[in-house]
Amino acid sequence: MPEIKVTPLGAGQDVGRSCILVSIGGKNIMLDCGMHMGYNDDRRFPDFSYITQNGRLTDFLDCVIISHFHLDHCGALPYMSEMVGYDGPIYMTHPTKAICPILLEDFRKITVDKKGETNFFTSQMIKDCMKKVIPLNLHQTVQVDDELEIKAYYAGHVLGAAMVHIKVGSESVVYTGDYNMTPDRHLGAAWIDKCRPDILISESTYATTIRDSKRCRERDFLKKVHETIERGGKVLIPVFALGRAQELCILLETFWERMNLKAPIYFSTGLTEKANHYYKLFITWTNQKIRKTFVQRNMFEFKHIKAFDRSYADNPGPMVVFATPGMLHAGQSLQIFKKWAGNEKNMVIMPGYCVQGTIGHKILNGQRKLEMEGRATLDVKLQVEYMSFSAHADAKGIMQLIRMAEPRNMVLVHGEAVKMEFLKGKIEQEFSIDCYMPANGETITVTTNPSVPVDISLNLLKREMALGGPLPDPKKPRTMHGTLIMKENSLKLVSSEQALKELGLNEHQLRFTCRVQLQDPHSDPDTLHRIYTHLKSVLKGYTIQHLPDGTVMVESIVIKVSSSAEDTNTKVLLLSWSYQDEDLGSFLSTLLKKGLPSGLC
Amino acid sequence: MAAHLKKRVYEEFSKVVQIPHEEAPAKKLRLSKPSKSAALHIDLCKATNSTDALQYLLQFARKPVEAESVEGVVRILLEHYYKETDNSVRLKIASLLGLLSKTQGFSPDCIVDDAINTLSNEKSHQVLAQLLDTLLVIGTQLPESPAVRQRLIEMACKHLSDTYFGVRIKCLQLLGCLGMVDSPLNKDSRGTGNIDRLRDVQSIISDYFGDQDPRVRTAAIKAMLQLHERGMKIHQIIYDQACRLLSDDYEQVRSAAVQMVWVLSQLYPESIVPIPSSNEEIRLVDDAFGKISHMVSDGSWMVRVQAAKTLGSMLQVSPHFLEQTLDKKLMSDLRRKRTAHERAKELFTSGEFSSGRKWADDAPKEKLDTNTVNLIASGACGAFVHGLEDEMFEVRIAAVEALCKLARSSPSFAEKCLDFLVDMFNDEIEEVRLQSIHVLREISMHITLREDQLDTVLAVLEDSSRDIREALHELLCYTNVSTKECIQLALLELLKNLNKYPTDRNSVWKCLKFVGSRHPTLVLPLVSELLSTHPYFDTPEPDMDDPAYIAVLVLVFNAAKSCPTMPALFSDHTFRHYAYLRDSLSHLVPPLRLPGRKQVYGLDSVDSGSGSGSVESAQLFLQQSLNRVSTIQNLEAPGAQDLLDFTIRDLQRLGELQTELAGAADFCATYLRCQLLLMKVGSVCFICRDLKLQIYGFKVKIVVFYLCLVSSGSAGEAILEETYKLEFLYSGLENRHVATIHHVRLQAKALQLVLSARTRQGSAHTPHTHTHLYTHSISLLFLTELPHLQDSFVDKLLELMPRLSSCKPVELVKILQTTLRQSGLLQLKLPEQIHRATATIIEPTGESDNPLRFTSGLVVALDIDATLEHVQDPQNSVKVQVLYPDGQSHVIHPKPGDFRKPGPDRHRLITQVYLSHTAWTGQDGARASTASRHLRPPSREPFRFSKPVKVYIMPKPARR
Repeated sequence: MPEIKVTPLGAGQDVGRSCILVSIGGKNIMLDCGMHMGYNDDRRFPDFSYITQNGRLTDFLDCVIISHFHLDHCGALPYMSEMVGYDGPIYMTHPTKAICPILLEDFRKITVDKKGETNFFTSQMIKDCMKKVIPLNLHQTVQVDDELEIKAYYAGHVLGAAMVHIKVGSESVVYTGDYNMTPDRHLGAAWIDKCRPDILISESTYATTIRDSKRCRERDFLKKVHETIERGGKVLIPVFALGRAQELCILLETFWERMNLKAPIYFSTGLTEKANHYYKLFITWTNQKIRKTFVQRNMFEFKHIKAFDRSYADNPGPMVVFATPGMLHAGQSLQIFKKWAGNEKNMVIMPGYCVQGTIGHKILNGQRKLEMEGRATLDVKLQVEYMSFSAHADAKGIMQLIRMAEPRNMVLVHGEAVKMEFLKGKIEQEFSIDCYMPANGETITVTTNPSVPVDISLNLLKREMALGGPLPDPKKPRTMHGTLIMKENSLKLVSSEQALKELGLNEHQLRFTCRVQLQDPHSDPDTLHRIYTHLKSVLKGYTIQHLPDGTVMVESIVIKVSSSAEDTNTKVLLLSWSYQDEDLGSFLSTLLKKGLPSGLC
Repeated sequence: MAAHLKKRVYEEFSKVVQIPHEEAPAKKLRLSKPSKSAALHIDLCKATNSTDALQYLLQFARKPVEAESVEGVVRILLEHYYKETDNSVRLKIASLLGLLSKTQGFSPDCIVDDAINTLSNEKSHQVLAQLLDTLLVIGTQLPESPAVRQRLIEMACKHLSDTYFGVRIKCLQLLGCLGMVDSPLNKDSRGTGNIDRLRDVQSIISDYFGDQDPRVRTAAIKAMLQLHERGMKIHQIIYDQACRLLSDDYEQVRSAAVQMVWVLSQLYPESIVPIPSSNEEIRLVDDAFGKISHMVSDGSWMVRVQAAKTLGSMLQVSPHFLEQTLDKKLMSDLRRKRTAHERAKELFTSGEFSSGRKWADDAPKEKLDTNTVNLIASGACGAFVHGLEDEMFEVRIAAVEALCKLARSSPSFAEKCLDFLVDMFNDEIEEVRLQSIHVLREISMHITLREDQLDTVLAVLEDSSRDIREALHELLCYTNVSTKECIQLALLELLKNLNKYPTDRNSVWKCLKFVGSRHPTLVLPLVSELLSTHPYFDTPEPDMDDPAYIAVLVLVFNAAKSCPTMPALFSDHTFRHYAYLRDSLSHLVPPLRLPGRKQVYGLDSVDSGSGSGSVESAQLFLQQSLNRVSTIQNLEAPGAQDLLDFTIRDLQRLGELQTELAGAADFCATYLRCQLLLMKVGSVCFICRDLKLQIYGFKVKIVVFYLCLVSSGSAGEAILEETYKLEFLYSGLENRHVATIHHVRLQAKALQLVLSARTRQGSAHTPHTHTHLYTHSISLLFLTELPHLQDSFVDKLLELMPRLSSCKPVELVKILQTTLRQSGLLQLKLPEQIHRATATIIEPTGESDNPLRFTSGLVVALDIDATLEHVQDPQNSVKVQVLYPDGQSHVIHPKPGDFRKPGPDRHRLITQVYLSHTAWTGQDGARASTASRHLRPPSREPFRFSKPVKVYIMPKPARR
């Protein structure tokens, strides 16, 4: 049986460095090639030596597909293609291709220039790597080679995020990357058609969460910001530069517009400007509202949001500032936080998850006195709010996607093991399909039952149709007789006569014979006659003949009677039938073995 | 413009050239071939190949065929059909047969046999499908013939097993349109022993629910729906099948299946269906509701819209299921979490105010049992939560509307969906926001807003969109709130709104009027605070011109209306302000009973004494004056004119005083003025005639006579004008009023006729007017049945009808004249619900002295904002007229989308008009006004029903 193998090199029961190998129909595909945020050593990148100990990967991989531009999905790409060595095609969507190098470059700068690491990929390597990228359009079927085809679906999550449908022959796999089933202010909801893949590989970040309606969250967020502004306070929103930041910008921008507010909104500069440029360009990837109104005004051309300058932090009066990074662990957001923390009129809104050890995590847990470097302490008087604006599908969303795609097997990745366990149980219970959650390096194997297309000769089809009912019913299988010819990689179903003719063979008759012993005191012809009448009464609707040469013919089955040499009462019946009448023949033999009813004359 | 006109002229010119060219062969054809069928026959015989034949047929199809020649044509077509070998030609013939059988006055039963015959010999699938379509047309033309129907159904059944999907679809359509579920004919055929026909149409159709082609599946469901629409009783058996189709791969099938399930749920709401995988049973309507709810998260948005819409009309669903649609069990890391709505409610009920926000107050509470969490919600769970969050705004709007319908019928559900609707105020698309505000208004009778909810609602008051704000004001007019804090909050926010958007003044005041009159007891404890009075100290008198202060006063005075203890809290200047406001803003400030203050506003004490009775007394007065007028038997009686004069004056004054009756009073006054005019003109002209007879030779007199005729001629026109106004400018007219108006118009026309006959001396024009009048009276014939035209002009005219139709014009004029003189005043019944259509242009205000500057010859856009009251069908009847200083006028048709409907009988026109003009020196005003033009009297000038507003424009000469 053909098999599909799935091996996560990263993101197996874990979040970070997504990298999943899939072998399907003899093709090897790498899905995503990310890095892990939590490590600074070799564990940062997926272990490519799993694929080959030494040498380049080109021979072992048919293609690499990147789902979206987050570093945990594409961070290891230049390392893999340039340092390990891979020259094959890399697929990603247009926005991903545009934004990905900006992030990679930023990542490189921080690691090499700030932390001073050596043996890291260079800017040139990023450029070389991007040259190997082939862009994808939504719903465009791309032939990687003769057999392998891929198709991208919209995934929400961030601009340009895609789910990919990978198909070889009739086997297929869908990889979701990160996706979001609830639309937000700038992106639509993930959507896939009923493609019924053999395996659906889905992320499961929020496997055990069902979220509140996004409107409540939005309203709360806006209300909090609005109230603080009206009080004359300042609002700090620490964000990572891409993705959620744009969502919050749009949210605030439209709110400012609607409510005619005048307080300034600042965005700390950096990658954002470049990235915003791309957001303006890829309007087709955004949601309905932005797509419809961009002719009048592109929503990403912010009217109220201006670039931030360090000196603005000391300006009097209310303001809203978006600053990087998102967890308040360094950089501009931390600087501003220090300045504003002392005033209870101010507010900091944490829009995402904070890793343990960061200041963000501490203040979220209610710590009011922070120790800074040196021995200084910082009194936190400002209000601390937490607002989840994560763009991952929640448990319900994942189930909804499964319902949309109707896969035969599920593989969960990109999540915590405990949470996956719960979702796995739910999926198996609700959909009664197999669900797997492989750890990194663990291979799961799914046997598929691919349908094999066979050409059928028209004559044969017509003949069989004539035998059956008025219409072919696709829902019910029907058996038919024919000969399967395999010739030069093609399969053909023809009638047996034609097959013989084509192959130049003679027809061989295959006959089964059978002896049945029967206790019967009558003479041979009488016995034969008794059998004749017996069969006549049992098999109605069949042609039964009593031939003069002492045989009974039922259709093409011949029955002869002879007495045994020792005992004249024991008659031996000889049955002979051809292969085609196997059913009737075996029925007759069992029938006659039971003996003749005594009531016969 | 000129170039355009020129082009038009050329176009028409070239057309003129073409027409005779085309006519010539047509005439020739008619001369040589007597009938259409023959012509066709010749044409078809001439055709050497199939393409030619097709061309002829195509040409033929463009011309209409008379009913009497249809049959011949059909014969010819059929003849050719049998001979024809080409599929496309046969297809065309088949479609022509269908077209022809639709011809008015032709009964297609004679071609049924032939059509069926052709059907049995046809091999091509496409042609078969077309022929079945033809049969469908024939079948629908002959709904009364059971025999034909039975034969057609047989044919459809026979061809249902065709391998081509098109044929199957047509067969199903045929069955859907013609089939009977329990037809007696089926019983007849039972005798023939045909097993197939034993089964009724419904089961035959339902067999095709499982067809391999999605188009056929859709057609099968549609056919079933068609059966239902025709009033056949659909059996419940197909419910399971329909439900299975809900998970079909194709969206059109799913969409149709949603409808099917809905239909069944309406037919058999109370029957019981089992729940699979358990042995419980539930009502069918609940089951269907659950299944359709599921479709709200379908992959295709068309289906989602369909499902969301459908949910709104399933009112019989049990409350338990209904409430589930808003339920979405939240959890976080497997622990149950409360929704923000629940938290807000708890916060409120615990009496704690949300000043100190705690972090993690949404921290998950109890641990959930993993087995009980149902992720793929069975049934209705969270359908609306999903629908309201949908990506497509079409789905969201559908969901909001569905919520509205369901909430209107279930108060408890209204209470529950409130939070969700309030959340929708934050939607990114204005249409959705607006819709949800309207919906909230509609269900507001069921709900009382909590403070925190009101807070969220009021946040929208700062919205920059005027529509949203006004919709919200409208909503606040109807809202009930629970505490005095709410009132304070609302007032505060409204004042903030007023401060930010001063143009909202009227709307805010009106809103506060309703808030005050709705919650008098809640306002009472706030009064001293609101008016900033102090028990010991005199506070400074507030500025009377401050709109905010007026707003507060409006609130307080309206509350005081039903709260007699309140005026005791007022300080002196408040009373003075009351008197002032009662006079200047009488529509906002109600009459109050103020003890011991009568001397200040003696004027008001009259109607404040009777309160609501004042309307009744006014009505009584109206009735009495009408009665008084009706006593006038003869129009020429002395004093009749004076009486009319006075009554008209009274009525006009009444309309000004009593706004509720303004429409009715105005209507009556206008009517009476018509009568008065009629009377005056009539009498003048009759007197003149007498004069003429008596002093025939005096030239001077004749001159006077002519003069008077000229003036009275225009008077007749004026009456006509008034009658049109009466008919079209008032809404809520009853039939008898319309009849009365028509009657007056008839009289006016008769008068005109008489006068024109007099002026022209001869009768060159009269035959025309004669016929006009005649047809008009004919059109009135149906009205004469109404009893309220008894003993009137028409009555008499109808008596004379036989004479009228045959007599000479001169005689006719004489008859008319006498009847006119004899006819009395037709009594006008008191109109109850009449309102005059009015329009007010809010913007431009006309107060601005700054001219609009633009380059001459180019256009400038002018924003127009107007409210229309009591205008029926404004999309078609209201236009904007622009008058330029040079006398030019433009009529602009606003787009239908420019009209909004903020309330019953009220419309709002917000549009842009484009002005343009060539340069002139000095500045001058262009006037814009809303005009209503009706289709009925097309030749007439539009009625103007708003005061024109002057806008200064200043075209600058273009620089070369």
